[in-house]
Amino acid sequence: MDTMEWVRGSLDHCVKCTICETFCPVSNVTPLFPGPKYVGPQLERFRTHDGSPDASLDYCSGCGICTTVCPQGVKIAEINSQARAKMKAQRGIPLRDRIIARPSAMGRVGTPLAPIANFFLENRTFRWLLERTLRVHRKAPMPLFAGRTFQSWVRRHPPLTQATKAIVYFHGCSANHFEPRVGQMAVAVLEHNGYRVIVPRQDCCGLPLQSNGLFDDARRYVRELAERLEPYARRGYDIVATSTSCGLMLKREAREILELEDDEDLRTVSAHMFDICEFLLDLHERGALRTDFQPLDMRVPYHAPCQQRGHGIGKPALELFDLIPGLEVVDSDVECCGVAGTYGLKTEKYDIAMEVGAPLFRQVTEVATEVAACDSETCRWQITRATGIPSVHPVELLYRAYGLS
Amino acid sequence: MSPDAVVVGAGLAGLAAGVRLAQAGLRTTLVAKGPGATHLAPPTIDVLGYAPDLVECPAAALASFAAERPDHPYARLPAYTVAASAEWLRALVPSLAYVGTIEENLLLPTGVGVPKPSAFVPEAMAVGDLRSGGRFAFAGLRALKDFYPRLLAENLSQAKLPTGVTVDARAVQLTDPGAEADVSPLGYARMFEDQEFRSVVAAELLPKLEPGESVGFPSVLGLHKHRTTWFDLQDRLGRPVFEVPTLPPSVAGIRLFHALRDAFVLAGGRLLMGSTAAGAETNDGVVRNVVIQSAAARTTPIEAKSFVLATGGFAEGALFLDSYGEVHESVFGLAVSGVPAGEPRFAPRYFDDQPMARAGISVDERLRPLDLEGNVAFRNLFAAGAALGGAEPWRELSGNGLALASGFAAASAIVEGVS
Repeated sequence: MDTMEWVRGSLDHCVKCTICETFCPVSNVTPLFPGPKYVGPQLERFRTHDGSPDASLDYCSGCGICTTVCPQGVKIAEINSQARAKMKAQRGIPLRDRIIARPSAMGRVGTPLAPIANFFLENRTFRWLLERTLRVHRKAPMPLFAGRTFQSWVRRHPPLTQATKAIVYFHGCSANHFEPRVGQMAVAVLEHNGYRVIVPRQDCCGLPLQSNGLFDDARRYVRELAERLEPYARRGYDIVATSTSCGLMLKREAREILELEDDEDLRTVSAHMFDICEFLLDLHERGALRTDFQPLDMRVPYHAPCQQRGHGIGKPALELFDLIPGLEVVDSDVECCGVAGTYGLKTEKYDIAMEVGAPLFRQVTEVATEVAACDSETCRWQITRATGIPSVHPVELLYRAYGLS
Repeated sequence: MSPDAVVVGAGLAGLAAGVRLAQAGLRTTLVAKGPGATHLAPPTIDVLGYAPDLVECPAAALASFAAERPDHPYARLPAYTVAASAEWLRALVPSLAYVGTIEENLLLPTGVGVPKPSAFVPEAMAVGDLRSGGRFAFAGLRALKDFYPRLLAENLSQAKLPTGVTVDARAVQLTDPGAEADVSPLGYARMFEDQEFRSVVAAELLPKLEPGESVGFPSVLGLHKHRTTWFDLQDRLGRPVFEVPTLPPSVAGIRLFHALRDAFVLAGGRLLMGSTAAGAETNDGVVRNVVIQSAAARTTPIEAKSFVLATGGFAEGALFLDSYGEVHESVFGLAVSGVPAGEPRFAPRYFDDQPMARAGISVDERLRPLDLEGNVAFRNLFAAGAALGGAEPWRELSGNGLALASGFAAASAIVEGVS
C-alpha cells in the first residue's frame, strides 16, 4: 500500500475519542482552528479532488502533537499536512511562504551581507515594511545571520586525530547560517567523548517547504540531503542532529508526509538518525559517556518542543542535565511555544502563536536565573523574543559543564 | 543501566503500576502510544456497581461475585487489595480529594440522569450523591454540546432510587455570554478558571436558583486550578456545587492523568509517550526486552527485569481479532482466553450478551499471564487493566476499580519479588 493510502487510511481508526483535541495547543486558544479531530479525520472524508470544504485547516500549526498522543495511531498531523498542501496548491501559495520556507537560500544571500541584512532585520521601519508587504509580523522572531557559516568553520577545524570512533553531524540550516556556535559546541561535546566528527556538505532538509505546502520543492531538498548522508549511514555511521525538527523530518516526516516511504536512501538515513541528546543518553546508558562535569550553579527552565516529542524518545535532555552537579532544571509542562517553525512569523497567526506560548513564557520568566534550554531553534528564538531570556540548546549546558568553553 | 521495570500503557492501570514501581525505588520506564481512558471517562473508581443487581456494599459483594466467576480478574484481586489500591490513590492525588470507601457505593447522577454506583469519587462529584435525596438544579452551558440538563433532570426524576429517597431535579440553562458558538469541555474548564467568567456565570445563575437547591455543573470546573475554581463557585452561589461527568473529553479524568503522570516523573520514572511497543524478545519463560518503535526506521529493545502489560483491550488495539477468527495480544503474543469458538461469534445486537467482549488475558494470583495450558507464560511479566479477560466493566461498573487494583497489584508483585 502506498504511503498516502495508509496515512489517509489511518483515519478509519479514529474513534472520535477527542484525546488529540485535549492536547491541541492551537484549538485551545482560538476558534479559528476547530481542532485536529474535526479538521483531520472528520473533514478529510469530505475532501475531494475539487478541494477542501473549509479553510480552517490553514490554522493548524503542524506541531504534530495530535499524532503523538493519538492512542489509535491515526496520522492526524500528516493527514492535515497533506490536505493543506493540496488546498494551498489550489488556492495559491503566498509569496511570503515561498520565501520564509527557504532558510538555506536566505542564508546564502544573507551571510555575505550579514551586517547589512542584520541591520535591516533589527530595524523597526524595515520590519513594519516587511509586515505590510509580505505579512511577516513585525514582532515575530527572526534570526540574525552569523556572517560566517558553520561549514566554513568546520572546514578549517582540525579533526580529532586519535579518535577510534566516528560520527556524522547533520547541522541543518540554523546551525550553518544563524547559530554556528551550536554546531561548534556539538562538535566539541562529541570530540570530548572521543568521536571524530564527520560533517558532509549538506543543504536544507525541506521541512519549512513541507510545512508551507511546497511539497515538490521539499521532496527535492530532502532527497538530495538523504543522498548525501546515505553513504555514511550505509557504512554503519550514526548521524546526530542538533535541530530536532529537521532530525524528525529525516527520521519520519518526509517518509510519511511527502510519501517517500519507498525512498531507500531516506530509510537508511532514518535508521541511523539520532537526536543529539538521544544519542548522548544512549551513550551514557552503555557507560560510554564522559561524566567529568563541573558544577553549573543555575536554575534552568527546559522546554521539550513538540517536534522533539514527536521523536518518541522521552526527554533525554532532562536525564543528561541530571548528570550535571548544581544544575537545577524545571521541566515545562506546557505543550507548545506557539511558533511551530514558520507559523508564528505570519501576521495572521502571530497572536495565536503568542497566546499558545504564553504559559511557557510565564514559566520561563519565573524560573530562569540566566538561560532557558530548548532543543529546537525556532522555539528558542520564540522564547527569547517573548521573554528576553537567552535560550540555549541543551548541548550548550553540557559544553559548559564539560569546561569546554 | 537498563531499567528495572518497563510498563506498557498509560491508562489508569499502567500509570498506577508505573508510579508504584517508581516510588518503590525501581528504575521504571513507561512506554505508551498515547494516553488511555483517563481522557474519556470520569475518574470515579467504580469497584462494583451491578452484580447483576445494584451493589450497595462492594466489600460484601466482591467475595461472592468472584466466587461465582472464577475467570474474572476480581477472582485474583481480593477485596483488601482493591481497598488498599484506592487508599493508595487517595493519598497519592490529594488534589482530587477522593472520598468514599469500599464499604458503600455512592449514587452519582450521570450526564443522562442515571444514578451510577461508585465507591471512590473525587469530592467535587461526591457532593452530588443522590442517596440522601434533595433538591438539585443542573446547570447547562449554552455552547457545551452533548450536555442536556433537561434530559438529565427528567431522567433523574424518574430514576429508581433507594426506598424513601426523593430527588427533585430541574434544569437551568445559562446563556453564558462571551462563549463561542461551540466550546469543548476543556475550553470551558479554562474559561471557568477565570474569575471574571465565574462571576458572570454566578450572576446569571443566582436569581434562577431556589432555596435549598444544590447545583450540578458539567465537570468542567477548572483543569489545573480545579479546587480553587470549585470552591470559589460554591462561595459565589452560597450552596453546594458538584460536577456531573460529560461526554469525552473528560476534564476530571485529565486531572487524574496529570496527577499520576506528574507523580511518575517526580518519582524518577521515564515516560516515552508517542512510541509503540512493537514486540518483545523472550526466551526460556522470561521476557528479555520490549521492542520500541519510535520515529526512526529502526527498533530499539529496552531490557528490564520485570514488565507490566497495561495496553488495554480490543478498543485500544491491544487485542485484535483476525480474519481467521483468532484473537491476538499485540506486544507479547500472549494466549487470549475466553474467545468464543465457532460461529456465530457475535450476538446480533450491540447490547446483547457478547462473550467476545470477555475475551482477554488469563492470569495467576500474582497477575502473571497464563498460556493455554494454564501455566505461567513468563515469570517476569504481569498484566493489568482492560487486557485482563473475564470482566464486563460496562455492565458491572468495575472498569476503573479493576484498572487501579490490578495496576497496583502488578506493581506490588514486582516490588515484593525484588525485596
